[in-house]
Formats: sequence, structure tokens, C-alpha cells
Amino acid sequence: MPFLIVSPYLIHLCLFVLFPVVFSIFLVFHKWNIISPMEYVGLDNFGRLFADRLFWKSLWNTFIFILVHIPLQIILSLMLAYFINSKIKFKSFFRSAFFLPVVISGVVITILWQQLYGLESGVINQGLMAIGLGRIEWLTNPKIAMVSIAIMATWKNMGLYVILFLVGLQTVPQSYYEAAEVEGANDWQKFRFITLPAINPTIFMVVILSTIGGFSLFIEPYIMTDGGPLNTTLSAMLYIYKQAFGYYHMGYSTTLSLFFALIIMSVVVIQKAFVESKEY
Amino acid sequence: MNLGPKKFLLYAILIIASLTFLYPFYWMILASVTPEENIGKLVFSPQGLTLSHYKDMIVKIPIWSALFNSVLVASLSTFGVLVFGSMTGYALAKMRFKGRNLLFFAIIFTMTLPFQITLIPNYILMVNFKWVDTLTALIVPALNSAFAILLFRQAFMTIPDDLIHAAKVDGCGELRIIFQVLWPNIIPSIITVAILTFMTSWNDVLWPLIVIREEGLMTMPQLVTLFAVGGRAEAQLGVKLASAVLLALPIIIAFIFLQKYFIQSMASSGIKT
Repeated sequence: MPFLIVSPYLIHLCLFVLFPVVFSIFLVFHKWNIISPMEYVGLDNFGRLFADRLFWKSLWNTFIFILVHIPLQIILSLMLAYFINSKIKFKSFFRSAFFLPVVISGVVITILWQQLYGLESGVINQGLMAIGLGRIEWLTNPKIAMVSIAIMATWKNMGLYVILFLVGLQTVPQSYYEAAEVEGANDWQKFRFITLPAINPTIFMVVILSTIGGFSLFIEPYIMTDGGPLNTTLSAMLYIYKQAFGYYHMGYSTTLSLFFALIIMSVVVIQKAFVESKEY
Repeated sequence: MNLGPKKFLLYAILIIASLTFLYPFYWMILASVTPEENIGKLVFSPQGLTLSHYKDMIVKIPIWSALFNSVLVASLSTFGVLVFGSMTGYALAKMRFKGRNLLFFAIIFTMTLPFQITLIPNYILMVNFKWVDTLTALIVPALNSAFAILLFRQAFMTIPDDLIHAAKVDGCGELRIIFQVLWPNIIPSIITVAILTFMTSWNDVLWPLIVIREEGLMTMPQLVTLFAVGGRAEAQLGVKLASAVLLALPIIIAFIFLQKYFIQSMASSGIKT
């Protein structure tokens, strides 16, 4: 009886998780375009990977995205959460307003921001012109385009992290703040010496969540820039997608996926190890 | 109301911040009903009113069938995740069997596995099953979720065994115990799983882009994406934005009515990962 009850999941697990993992290890040693017969190529796919400058560029781009996105995300969402957590009215309105982009499809957000980032008619540049600053080539300047996508992603996910920080902030006992006030601590000192240490676990959780999310960057550059200008917004996931479903290089794209997944897992493992070494 | 300078600054920052989050949606909805030649001038106040973008969109892309496909796929996936998730979660929480710990370990393993590993082999699987260009390819792989199983397992563990024993004495089978006796006790978990699964399915675009090529079978996000990046919108902004509004609207409406549940569900999924 227990076996029957778990069988829907077991079948699913074998078909869509275990088999794919095993099959991808097999595919790595083959050249295959799905139609013609598979061809054993030994370690060729790895040789190609290490020589593939565009793949390394896409990895680099993904890291740039993460390096801009995470600090921005943590500072801004922690700040907003800290403000909401003070004694103010309309808390739930602010929370919901920040949260709205979280529930909306990345497709909508990207189409929308593509317009906001427009060079001539974009609302952001119009605003910059109105206050006397120059236009910014948000999506056409190779140095800026990935930063623009990171800003948009930060905006989209902010609400979730505000909520996570709020949950963290509410675990800090009110009496700590009262004691600090008696001692004459100012707001910054209270934040620096009471709040920050108490929400350290939340900060690490946010880092890990947004790292995993950041590595999956795909639909934003797919819609906004198609990887351009000069391949500066080509994310690793977008490159793998093109190799697999644009050129049908099944063996090679699987090699890239596996390699990329190993990088993701090692980064997350390192982050988690770092957290655990800090605690207790 | 007496506001000190500090409070005033606090409110000012929060109000400006919330405008930053709400204004783009205001702009998008307004732009979708603004005549094409005026969209570039649109900032705050309406610049004329037209429904032509929506009419054009209906002519250009099969948006109604996409809406139907999205609702069907998201509903069936959610149904599957709720039913199978509670069955597996129940077995892990309340039944003793050989390999239970191994199964639990496998589920944790699944959750830590980056989806990039299984993506391409799963596509090949779909090709071999001849599921490419069928809705089956969107539904069947989404019928189970490791996260839902763990959440249901936790919910069932809080229920006392006596309740289950009493039901067994009354002659209930395991399935009746799960869905008739226990489900009414774990409504919050059911809501969390339902909202997360439905929303994930509704917004998913990568997998549909891979397995669906035929326009009539596409889901909303995929159709809107191809409309926006392909030449179909003929560089017409208004039509693109109208399709984006239609894609966002169901979730915006659901969010307005179920804010609390959305926020709780997403927060719990974040904390558990």
C-alpha cells in the first residue's frame, strides 16, 4: 500500500529526474542532432567547451549580472524592510506595492522595461532630460546593458526579499532596542549593532536565493537584447538554449549544461559552507 | 497627525519607493490604450484613448486559445501537484515502509539539483514520447513537485496519529484518510501549494518555448514573447503592450484579492529553500 501511494511520484522521479541525469552523462560523450544517429566522440565536447570563447564570455556575463544584482538587492530590500518595520501606518499597502512585480511574469516585466529604457521616448531618459541630465544608452551601450538588466531584475524581485527581511526583522526582540535607547544609542548604532547581526541568516538566505535565480537568467536578455550588444548580455543559459534549440547540438549543449550546473552547485555549496562556518 | 521630520522623511521615501513599483504598471496599462503615435509622449496624463491595439492583437495572434491553454495547463498541473504531493507527503509522514529514508533523500536531492541538468534530456524524452507540440508535454512533467511533497509532509506530521487510527477503525482507506479526513486540517498548506504551483505554471516560459512550436498550442507567456521578439507586432508598441497587459491581468487581479496568501506562500517557499 505505501508503495502504491508513492508510485505517482516514483514514476515521475525516475522519468523526469533520474533518467535525465544519467542520460546527460551519456550524451556528454556523443555528437547528436536528434535526427541522424548518435556518434561517439570521446572527450571532444569538453575540448570544445574549453576553447569556446563565447561560452566563457556568457559565464562571465552571468557573473557580472550576479555581482551587480546581489549587493543592490540586499542593500535596497533591507533598507525598505527596515523602514516598513518602524512604527508607521499603511504597512500592508507598502508591502503589497513592492510585492506586485514578484508575482508578474518576467515576460511582462521585460517588455515593459524595454520601453522604459528606450533611448528617445523611454520614460527614464525623459525623466533624466527633465532634470537636466543626459540620456543613457541603457540597452545599446555594451558597458551598460547588463547592468540595466540587473537593475530591472532587482526591481522585479525586491518585494520578495523585503518580505524575507521583514520576517527576519520581526525576530529581533523589541527589548534590545529599548535597552540600547536607554544607553543612548542612535539609529545607526541600533541598526549596526543590533539589527544587522540578528538578521545575518536572512542576508545569507537572500544571497543564496538570488545566486540560484541569477544563474537562471534567460528570458530577460532573450526578449530585450537577444544577447547583444556585442554579446555582452548573452547569459550562460541563453547560450545553452541557442546551442541546444537553435543549432540542435544536443551532445555539446548537454556538456555545457552539466558544466554550468556543476559551477552553480559549487558556488552554492561554498556559500552554504561559509554560512555554517560563521554560525556556532 | 503630527509628523516629526524623521517620520516625514520615512513616509516620503516609502511613498516614492512604492510609486517606483506601481508607476510602470500604470504606464503600461495606459500605453496599451493610447494611440500609437502618442505613446512616446506618454508620461502621466492620458494622450487620447483607443482600443485598437487590443483589436489588432486579437486579429494578429491566437490570444484566446493561448489563454485557454494557459488556464488548462496551470489548473491541471496544480491539481496534480496537490493530489500527488499530498499522497507522497502523507506516506513520508505517516507510513512506515522500506526505503522511506531513501525516498526522502531523493526528494532533497531533486531540490538541490539545478534544473539546467535535466532540461535538455527532458526535451529528448518529449521527442521520443512524441509529446512535442502537445499540451501533454507541458502538463505531465509538472504533475509532481518536490517542494509540495516536503510542505505536505511537514503539515501531516503535525496531525496526531490518533485521528488516523480513529478513521481506520471506521473503515477508511488511506486515500479517503488523506483527502477527506486530513485535507480539511491542512488548508493553509493547500493554499500555499496551489498559489505557488499555479503562479509558477502561469509564468513559465522557458519550457513552453522548448516543446511547443505550433501557435495554437502556445501558452500566454510564450505567445506574448514570440509576438514581442518576432516581427509579428511589426514594431508596433501598443499591440505588444496590450498583449503584455492581458498576460499580467489575471495574476494582478488574483493578487489584489489574495495578497496575504500570495505573500505568505512566496515567503515560505523562500525560507524553505
